[in-house]
Amino acid sequence: MSYFCREYHDIPVSTGTTIMALEYAHGVVLGADSRTSAGSYVANRASDKLTEVADRIYCCRSGSAADTQAVADLVSHSLNYHQYQFGRPPTVWEAACDFRHLCYTYRNNLLAGIIVAGYDDKKGGQVYSIPLGGMLVREPCTIGGSGSSYIFGYVHDQYRPDFSKEQCVAFIRKCIQLAIHHDGSSGGVIRIAIITADGVERRVYFNTETGQPVTKHKKLTELDTSEESD
Amino acid sequence: MLNNYNGLAQPFWQNGPAPGQFYHFTGGQQQIQNLPRELTTAGPYGTQRNTARITTGSSVLGIRFDGGVMIAADTMVSYGSLSRYQSIDRVFKINEKILLGGGDDFADIQSIKRTIDQKMIADQCRADEIEMKPTELAMWLTRVLYNRRTRMNPLFIDVVVGGVNAEGKPFLGNVDLRGRFYEDFVVATGFARHLAIPLVRESKPAGREFTAEEASNLIRKCMEVLYYRDTRNTSKYTVGVCTPSGSVVEGPYKVDENWSFASTIKGY
Repeated sequence: MSYFCREYHDIPVSTGTTIMALEYAHGVVLGADSRTSAGSYVANRASDKLTEVADRIYCCRSGSAADTQAVADLVSHSLNYHQYQFGRPPTVWEAACDFRHLCYTYRNNLLAGIIVAGYDDKKGGQVYSIPLGGMLVREPCTIGGSGSSYIFGYVHDQYRPDFSKEQCVAFIRKCIQLAIHHDGSSGGVIRIAIITADGVERRVYFNTETGQPVTKHKKLTELDTSEESD
Repeated sequence: MLNNYNGLAQPFWQNGPAPGQFYHFTGGQQQIQNLPRELTTAGPYGTQRNTARITTGSSVLGIRFDGGVMIAADTMVSYGSLSRYQSIDRVFKINEKILLGGGDDFADIQSIKRTIDQKMIADQCRADEIEMKPTELAMWLTRVLYNRRTRMNPLFIDVVVGGVNAEGKPFLGNVDLRGRFYEDFVVATGFARHLAIPLVRESKPAGREFTAEEASNLIRKCMEVLYYRDTRNTSKYTVGVCTPSGSVVEGPYKVDENWSFASTIKGY
């Protein structure tokens, strides 16, 4: 596919993606890669797919970048007004229903797979999955996006419901790393968000063994400077 | 002639819509189809009216017995060939007299269930001590689904509606995405229609209804067969039972699998 023919402009910009969220004892942990692709081109290599829609509620976006940004903006606006109308912050269920309402009503026009995760006082940490088509279901551990296909087996085998916060973070890092390894549409850094009653913590891990950037690059082959004898 | 246009031909009919257009019935609402252009323009910048099935549930099986009805469905919703959500109840208790088993597109099932729940709340608000009956719900569903089908915007669902009517008379019916209704002692959707219905019909004793025990044995057997032969299935299932004393959804149960014969097969 040539970048210089007309087709290039018609390729939708999508978040070919890996997204993930887990519930744990004190809240939720969300994770995502950072690659936005337009066909074979990486449009944004450091995008943030973990989007805030309320103080303690985030969503992970996968699918068409334009569609998910529009939907998230609409929901965030609606939840912003919610506090004025109800005198209390919105619950995660209410946010998920707002997303579902848009994703279901406009299911023919949208390409949006969304994970809603957050913390509220009623039910603690909750994760809701809203795939294409607009159904809504709560799942303690859920994955999404094009890269998720490659890690369904790993998650099914390695997930435990009693992870601590750091175990959640390590698990999500591992899963997204594995997905990035095989999915061409996922890449970049691994963004993490941890939501509890006390607030939201954001982290960024590089796609390396330690999670830290590699500062010194090793040469692929060391030059052999010794004299060769015939 | 290079094209088939015949300028001398008479039109086929008068005062009617051109082929492909909707007919505007006289009387009633003035503008039935006052839809924005995004919804009426086909192609990449508009939308085609039909949705596609995306997240789907597989079979639902209903069996009527002398004391009521049983409706069983496995606990999975698929995303194409991917077994995506494996712990979802697809049999719903609507009220003490009605059970609903939802098959096919699950987002549409959730949507129709929300509408039905609102209907039940309105029913309670009448405070007339009369609960909605399964026949009434099934008939209402046929109207809703037929209307959507006629507008070329169907709800892609295939549901089994069952329960007990007045005087405890069991009712079991199946409504599909076009609003087609069918009532019998055994109804099913999906693969169960092909595999389970013949099995149950063969076992039907002549001249009387099934007993509760016969019905539940048949459900167990059918769920086992469906698990072996349907690729979009899981071995867990829930069963709703509705009798004159009320309705309840039980489970999840697990299919009793038998693979012992597999070690006897060698070669191909």
